[in-house]
Formats: sequence, C-alpha cells, structure tokens
Amino acid sequence: MAAETDADAGPLDRLVGWFDRRVGRFEGPNTVGNSLRFWVLFFLGAVALALGPVLFGPYWAFQSSLFLVYAFLGLSLSVVWGYTGVLSFGQVVFFGVAGYTFGVVSVNFQTPLGITGGFAAGVLGGALMAAVLGYFMFYGGVRNVYVTIITLVSTLVLHTFMAQTAGDEWTIGEAALGGFNGMPTIPNLALGVEGAALTFTDVTFYYFVLILLLATYLGLRALVNSDYGRVMVAIREDEDRTRMFGYDVKRVKLAVFTLGGALAGVSGVLNATLNNYMSPGVFELTFASLPVIWVSVGGRKSLLGALVATLGVEFLRFSLTGELAFIIVGALLLVFILGLPGGIVPWVDETLLPWLKRTVGSRRPSAAATPAEESD
Amino acid sequence: MVNGLNLLFQFLDSFAFIVLAAAGLAIIFGIMGVINLAHGEFIMLGAYATTLANIQYGLPLPAAMAAGVVVTALFGLVVERVIISGWLPNAISQFALGRDIIEPLYDRLADSMVATWGLSLVMVQGVRILYGNSLDQIGTPLGNIAYSGFSYSTYRVSLAGVAVAVLFVTFLVFRYTEYGMRARATIQDEDTARAMGVDTERTYVTTFAIGSGLAGLTGALYAPTITMVPGLGSSFLVEAFVAVVVGGPSVVLGTTLAGGLLGSINAVFSNIYGTFFGRIALLVTAIVMIRFLPEGITGFVERVRKRRQEGA
Repeated sequence: MAAETDADAGPLDRLVGWFDRRVGRFEGPNTVGNSLRFWVLFFLGAVALALGPVLFGPYWAFQSSLFLVYAFLGLSLSVVWGYTGVLSFGQVVFFGVAGYTFGVVSVNFQTPLGITGGFAAGVLGGALMAAVLGYFMFYGGVRNVYVTIITLVSTLVLHTFMAQTAGDEWTIGEAALGGFNGMPTIPNLALGVEGAALTFTDVTFYYFVLILLLATYLGLRALVNSDYGRVMVAIREDEDRTRMFGYDVKRVKLAVFTLGGALAGVSGVLNATLNNYMSPGVFELTFASLPVIWVSVGGRKSLLGALVATLGVEFLRFSLTGELAFIIVGALLLVFILGLPGGIVPWVDETLLPWLKRTVGSRRPSAAATPAEESD
Repeated sequence: MVNGLNLLFQFLDSFAFIVLAAAGLAIIFGIMGVINLAHGEFIMLGAYATTLANIQYGLPLPAAMAAGVVVTALFGLVVERVIISGWLPNAISQFALGRDIIEPLYDRLADSMVATWGLSLVMVQGVRILYGNSLDQIGTPLGNIAYSGFSYSTYRVSLAGVAVAVLFVTFLVFRYTEYGMRARATIQDEDTARAMGVDTERTYVTTFAIGSGLAGLTGALYAPTITMVPGLGSSFLVEAFVAVVVGGPSVVLGTTLAGGLLGSINAVFSNIYGTFFGRIALLVTAIVMIRFLPEGITGFVERVRKRRQEGA
C-alpha cells in the first residue's frame, strides 16, 4: 500500500519540488500563504481578475482600474508600516507629488516619449520627496509617533500649498496647477517612443495595471522574505536591539521609506492618468487616512492583507455611494482595530483555517470512530 | 505695513485658538498615552450642542455653552468605556463568551490613532446625516474693537483671557487636587501607582472625560465665530496636534509655550504675507521643531535640567 502511494506521488513530488525551488524566494515567515494551495488560489484569483473586463466590459475595467491603482498605495504603506514599523500618515504626499509631477511633464510634452518620461519623473519625484522627508526625520532622530505626526503635518502643508496655486504664476510651461480647481487634461498613459508606442485606455490600462500590480506584489514578497526583509522586521520588533546588533537602522528605514515613496508614486501617476485630473483633494485628511484603513483592515503585517483589503474596502466604498459609506468604513476600522488588531488576512491564516482544518479533520475520524464508540 | 496693535490682536487670537484647541488633546495624550484623532470631532460636537441648545431650545448663550461642555464630556465618558478601554464590549463578551475581546488602547499610540480616526469618520458623517450640511450660526457677541481704520472682534480677542484661565485651572487641578496627584502618579509609573492603591482605571475615565469636556468647551466658545459644518473639527485638529508635539509631554507648560511660539509665528506671517502663509509657516515651524527637539520644548527643558543636576 505504501509503495503504491509512493509510486503515485512520484511525479507529483517532482512537480512540487520544482515548484518549491521556483517559488522558494517568494515564501518565508514574513508572508501569508506558503503552500501549493495558496499559489493555486493566487493563480486562480489572478485569472479571475484578468477575466473581469471580458465578462463585464470596458466600463467595469475603467472603474476597477482605480481599485488596482490604489492597491499600490496600500502595498506601499504595508511595507513602510507593517514591515518596518514606521506609521506614515503621509503616503498620499508621495502619491500627490508624483501625480502632479506626471501632470506637469505630460501636459508639456504630450508625446509618447514625454508621457513615458513623465511616468519616470513622477515615480522619481515621489521617491525623492520620501527620501528628503525620510532623511530629515530618521537622521534627525525622529521616532515612533512623532514620525506619524510629521508625515501628517506634511500632508496638511501640501494641501494648504496646492490649494493656493490658482494664480498665473503657478503655471509651469503649458501646465497650470489650478489651485482648488485642480489640473485637468492630463493625457492617457502611453509608453514608448513615437512610432512604436503603446497607449493605454480602459481595458488595456486595466491589464497594464493588473500585470504591474501582480509583479509588484511578487517583488515585494521576495523583498520581505530576503535577508533585508528580516532586518526590516527586526527594526519593527525592536529598533534598539537591531541597532545593537550592528545594523544601520537609519539607513534601512530611509531606504524602505524611499521605496514606499516610489510605490506610492506609481499609484499617484496611474491615478492621475486614469482620471486625467489632479487636485489638492488627494492631500485631504480623509484621503490620507484611507491607506491606514486598508492596511489595518487587511492586516498590516501582510502584503496580501493590504492588497485584498484595498480592493475590498474600495469596492465596498464605491458600492455604498450613499450617506452611510463613511459610517460603515469608519465602523469597519473601529471593529477591526479593536477586535482583530492583526487584520483579516492573518486572522484567516492563523485562526480560521486551522480551526476549519481541525473541525473538518476531526469529523472524518469521528465518523469512523462512531461505530467503535457504539460497540463500547 | 505692519500695524502693532493689529499684530497684538492677531497674536492673542491665534494663541487662544492654539491653546484651547490643544488643551484637551494634550491632557489625554499626556496621561493616557492615547492620541485622540477624533479630538476635532469632539470640538465639533461641543459647537453643535451649543448652537442647537441656543437656537433650537432657546437657552441663553452661556447656558448653551455649559450644555455643550456637559454633552461632550458625557460623550467622552461613553467613548472611553466603549472604545478606549473596551469595558462595555468586554463586559458583554465576558457574559457571553467568558473572555475579553478587546485590549484597552492605553499606551498603544498607533492603534489609538487608527481607532479614533474611525470614530471621527463615523461622527462627521453621522452629524451630516442628522443635521445636514450646515447649521444656522449664533451671531458673534460683544461687537468689534475699532481703531484707525482696522477692527477686530472683541469676542475673539477676549478668548485669550479664557485660554489663560483654562491653563491656570488645569495647573491648579494637577497641582493641588487629589485627582491631580493620582493622575501624576499614573503617568510616572502606572504599575506602582496601582500597587499603592490608585484606581488607575478611574483616573483614565476621569481624564478622558475632562479632556473631552475641554474639547467641548473649545467648541462651545468658538461656536459663534465659525461656520457650522460637520467637518469643522479638522481645522482645530491640526493646530492642536502641532501644539502638542511642539509643546512636548508636560501638559500645562508645553501647551503654554507652544501656544506662545506658534501663535506669534502665525501672527507675524499672517500679517505680512496673508493667512495662507501664516498657516504654512506654522506647519513648517512644527516640522522643523520636531526635527531638532523630538520631545518638544518641555522635553528639551527637562533634558537640560537633568544634565545640570548631574553636573552639579
């Protein structure tokens, strides 16, 4: 009997072995989902998302692109807060700076090359902003909740500043920043040079964002499970001890914060080109709090949590356009931070699934054991 | 041209605003280690309660203001029991499941910020649903001070006196009352305080109620001067936050110094370059201050004093 199963499982084992080697670097203690079953589900989820536009049409793709775009912002906060322990209330700063940078460059150079350059400039702008702010904070000895407060205040500074850019002196080349009215006519995304360029609208944009998002997610999984990721988590758990072990805590925090800025920048650029519009509204407190909500609900110590919760909460918020939307979102936040401080995804992974396994697992033996009990 | 008298009034105005906005937040942060991001909404609640009491129920303004304070303090009491300490949900779950489901938010800064932010979203939207997008406003009492072509609202300037009174009373409460002693003991070392028979739980409840009451007072005082919209809290929250951070851990001294410093910066920049730059100057000052004095002005004072003592 044993020989039979071995022979049966032979090719399967080889397949699993091949798979483990491929997937090994994406797995580790710092992420949820380190099993073949997870990867199968992940693949099915990706296929389901890819089928969306086919089933529901271009309008659905346009709407859902926004959720996918926000997911980059969620992931950026998960890396910075969840993995390195730096609660930034200012991810929207980098989001907004990147969006405005992309707007200014792409409105001035409305060619595919110009727009591609705008994409790069936007992401770079977000990263640079984060690097400057991060250098200022981490090398100045600002820690814990004071980082949160500085980032929060930076958001408000930018909101105040961008809101007063209505005058003519705030026109850069062709692009007027426009104060409260915002910046219209930001072009659609295009990549490449003249003659050989891809322009992304509705459905193609959706696929572009989806592929970029999945690649980013996998890349971040590899990062947080690498040695560098372990240092990040060590800083989250005990900063002083990590420094005592000889790691340059400030440099790691700055690097991660800059990476977070770049990711938020990607989100900001994509958001600007999706809506063809930027306004100071992105620096509002309500919007600044959304990443914190997504990441708290999903589980900040889990990239998958940030991803799933961003899509989920935004879909919920979009479906509930009525008056109750913010009440429900706020109540969600309260319930999760109080009842499930770890977030949904880690809870499912650590509590629900083992519980299910136990209940389902115990039912089978008990069904077999019932006659034996009766015979007693 | 910078007008000296105008500058003085502007200073008094922003000093009062910053101190009154920050006092409640500072007390709750200093004693409980809880950052109440719904502080602005508590102020909004006080302002709404005052306005409604005055306009709909016809109470005279001072009585309406007292009502605003009481309503907000009671609301704070409920919030503390339900959300911050989780006492009510835990009592229910003890009964139903036999275990606690919520860990108190004391000294969990990030979590307390996130939770109270959720509360603030619910409060803003709840008020919007109940009372619509705006409310009739009470007229500003006391008229204007007019001088050589300028004028300034007497009421707003006289709030500086109220702010000083609030600081003074807070000082007296912490220095001389039994509650103040227990609160200071709880800040210094919670476990020891409890071992010595201080009911820290009750200190926390009282503190949160007092902090909320102060937020309510701020709302009540500013109700006649601001447009009554559900989102009015956010403008207070920013100043409060900045003042608490710049001031540092010591409640009364920190709030006073921060109010003085930020108030003068705001007054000077607003006077020369306009309101927008006054606000930006204030925020930038805050960022620079945290960079060089991460523990605020009083944290710095404390450090210098310690170094002196060690040197002596």
